[in-house]
Amino acid sequence: MTTDKRLISLSVNGELQAKIIEPRMSLADFLRIELELTGTHVGCESGVCGACTVNINGQTARACTMLAVQVEGDEVTTIEGASESGELLDLQDAFHARNALQCGFCTPGMLMMSAELLTQNSKPCRQEIREYLSGNYCRCTGYEAIIDAVETVSQTRNARVGEQYD
Amino acid sequence: MKSAPFDYVKPASLEEALELRRRHGADSAILAGGQSLIPDFNQRLRSAATVIDINGLSALSSIEESEDIVSLGAISRYREIQASTLIAEHAPLLKMAIPEIGSPAIRNRGTIGGSVSMADPGAELPACLCALGANFELARAGSKRMIAAQDFFTGRYETALDNDEILTRVDVPKSRIGFQSAFGEIARRKTGSAMCGVAAHGKATHQSIQDLKMVFFGIDETPILAVKTISVIEGSAINDVATAELAAALSDDLHPFDDLHCSAKLRMHYATVLTQRVLAQFVSAHGEV
Repeated sequence: MTTDKRLISLSVNGELQAKIIEPRMSLADFLRIELELTGTHVGCESGVCGACTVNINGQTARACTMLAVQVEGDEVTTIEGASESGELLDLQDAFHARNALQCGFCTPGMLMMSAELLTQNSKPCRQEIREYLSGNYCRCTGYEAIIDAVETVSQTRNARVGEQYD
Repeated sequence: MKSAPFDYVKPASLEEALELRRRHGADSAILAGGQSLIPDFNQRLRSAATVIDINGLSALSSIEESEDIVSLGAISRYREIQASTLIAEHAPLLKMAIPEIGSPAIRNRGTIGGSVSMADPGAELPACLCALGANFELARAGSKRMIAAQDFFTGRYETALDNDEILTRVDVPKSRIGFQSAFGEIARRKTGSAMCGVAAHGKATHQSIQDLKMVFFGIDETPILAVKTISVIEGSAINDVATAELAAALSDDLHPFDDLHCSAKLRMHYATVLTQRVLAQFVSAHGEV
């Protein structure tokens, strides 16, 4: 069976993109194959593992359970964009310092989810961090170090906010 | 794996969507949040010649109230339901259940209409909606009908929805004075698939629970109203429901399945544990007895 390809245009990491694609192409494959943004990892392709998590119009979403044709006109931020803007810098440093990654496959998704959590809840407890990240699989670290890293960033950011008012 | 090819259409109105559905029928699939449909496509468990994307239909995304009912448009997303003050006030059972559904990233996209239409036996909302006595609006080109939640789920991933219909609205009766809800679920991880879950709604007094609806999910083919268990609970003092009697009633009500995550025997054990937890929620929410 053949289906008509279609033109889609959207913003990815602040740059306008227009490509002609098959409707069945997932957003994850679109980012990786069409735009060569390979930081969005493809694990389970069924929304279970969280490695493909990106941000669409300010909310996290699984890029494997979205069709690229669905994000027509939307603003997508991938791990590449969020890294270049510097918004993840303290999280990335904390993951590095605490060995919160080994192979790194899950890390882009972990960072995207952690960033969203900290914008919604600036002082999450360990249980809240654990629950927010419970849809993201890591097969290396046993999670403890990841929770530590996110908790550290939350504390550091709050201390910084405190200083501004001193 | 990757999805089989399909054509994609994104109608701008419900009329257009229903006409597409009439024309493509069994060869079409409705794309709402896509959090179950796209994984099924990717794993080639399901395919469709034409995907009808209803995300552009803003008429299906509102949460509104009338005198006795809260109406949720089919594409109300879990995140929106969780944040809704109408739902918090009139259907708190939904708010109890939503934190158990998938990752927050899934809840940003997934919809109530999608969960209901997919009829995954492990899904939370179908059971909640059965417990609350909700009704669903099913539309086809030129007509619509209402169906009770309890009659809608006909089997594992099977529903009363015809191939030319779209589920457009979920009507939830407002919780009445004196009634309360309770919810419990056991899964391998917080946001994982239920090995057993229960949604309950009823009227607790100091003596007993009455008008109880207790619906299990993740254990049988469809959401199951546990009729015998309910009669045991309603016939007992709230603090004195005999465990052996409960276990016997539950094994009459439920026909648990085995899967990779959990044996049928363990599911049955969890059903007993969850029933006790739900009873404890009724007691504690009702204050010291």
